[in-house]
Amino acid sequence: MQIRTLLLGLTGVAITLLAWHLCTLGNDITEIPGPWLSFVGLWELARAGVLWQNIVASIFRVAWGFCLAAGVGIPVGVALGWWLGPREAANPVVQMMRPISPIAWLPFATTMFGGKIVMVSNRTLFESSDLAAIFLIFLASFFPIITATTSAVRSIDTKYLRSALNFGVTGMQMFRRVVLPAALPQILTGLRLALGVAWVVIVAAEMLGVQHGLGFQVNDSRNNLRFDYIAAAMMVIGLTGLLLDSMMSHLEAAALARRGMSRR
Amino acid sequence: MTTKIRIDHVYKTFSTKKGDVHVLDDVSLDVRQGEFLAIVGPSGCGKSTVLNCMAGFEHPTRGSITIDGQKVDRPSPKRVFVFQETGIFPWFSVWDNIGFGLGSEMPFDKKHEIVMKYIRLVGLQGFEKSYPSELSGGMKQRVEFARALAVEPDVLYLDEPFGALDAFTRIEMRREIVRIWQETKKTIILVTHDVEEALELSDRVAVMTKRPATIHSILPNAMPRPRSSDLPEFRAMKHQIFKILGVEI
Repeated sequence: MQIRTLLLGLTGVAITLLAWHLCTLGNDITEIPGPWLSFVGLWELARAGVLWQNIVASIFRVAWGFCLAAGVGIPVGVALGWWLGPREAANPVVQMMRPISPIAWLPFATTMFGGKIVMVSNRTLFESSDLAAIFLIFLASFFPIITATTSAVRSIDTKYLRSALNFGVTGMQMFRRVVLPAALPQILTGLRLALGVAWVVIVAAEMLGVQHGLGFQVNDSRNNLRFDYIAAAMMVIGLTGLLLDSMMSHLEAAALARRGMSRR
Repeated sequence: MTTKIRIDHVYKTFSTKKGDVHVLDDVSLDVRQGEFLAIVGPSGCGKSTVLNCMAGFEHPTRGSITIDGQKVDRPSPKRVFVFQETGIFPWFSVWDNIGFGLGSEMPFDKKHEIVMKYIRLVGLQGFEKSYPSELSGGMKQRVEFARALAVEPDVLYLDEPFGALDAFTRIEMRREIVRIWQETKKTIILVTHDVEEALELSDRVAVMTKRPATIHSILPNAMPRPRSSDLPEFRAMKHQIFKILGVEI
């Protein structure tokens, strides 16, 4: 990274922190906290070890939901991009499901996969489950992935397909050697977009049925009137999101560069 | 000379939302074994459609196309298409591109031998591991010629192959294709809107008229190679073709 870019970026951060400080001057932790109180809250959470636990729990759920979505979305997207019939059959459903926020699915998700209340020797225990959150992350990332993959395969230049046919390459060979590499750049962009959305949805996905995670921390701290912990969770979510995105973009650049298709 | 490809009363109609578009209207043409035939005509007249039908990518609505007496109904490595702005794969190295048509079952040593032979033929030694994005337009075109020749086809179809190249590279590549043709003795059909290009390269020039297109005339071109566009004979033929196409110069 260039020094200039770094310095300008840091300047932006400094201005934001200053604005945040001025807007929240005099607030305590039951109101919207300023940066100082938030950092103190973050430090407390980190020292208590809760922070790491929550970060790991959230990343674990996002990773599962995202990978499942990619595992289902890429093959299905390739098939929809390749065959007109299935595409025309699936398209209205996909486009109708896509704008539904995963948050709307929350009640169903918890009913289907959520934790349950169990009675053990006259004591009420809550048995939490990761499945509901994973399901919501899956939903959030599935639609961007399937849409990007379908359009990636559809927009492959005819001359590449014709070249392959001309040399007698068909079937699985065609998919492996031509269709997938040709669609790869757009699929990778779709994956990156999907991971971004998945990470955004984590707070909502961890609202019910779980007892760890950054989303849980936001909710739990609201109930306990510890707004400094909420701001701390928000900062961590933002930083982790930035990290995940730059990881994906490096992966993308590396995958493309290895195939001589660097976009720069 | 024996007839290699016979195009026999071919009609081609595309159905669009606005109704049927008649692109080819009774096109008949015999291509001889080993000749370099050019098809010229105005842009959008259906030259490329003829070539796509000959390659088996598209099918005539009526009429038939046969190669060595066999009906063309699908693409085959016996006749390879060279695309406008190159159809080589950006995700494969030069080596992998040229070896693409050789099949994945071929033993590596054999494949390497063939690939290197054609890399030498087109003068790209030292670029085996390069990716297309690292090559100039002319070099990409050479890779595509090598990829086509590596499967040892009888026929090469060139669809405006030099259209995307700059003027200098174009001159160089025209010489190159004549050399390759003379060395390999393939039957070559070149589609172009560039009359000078057609005259410089081909043994015969088929002139196509506007849509619905048909072959207006086929002009033999026996000028000795290499040809210069300054020769009176060259200019006379150029005028003749422009006259057929209805262009005043």
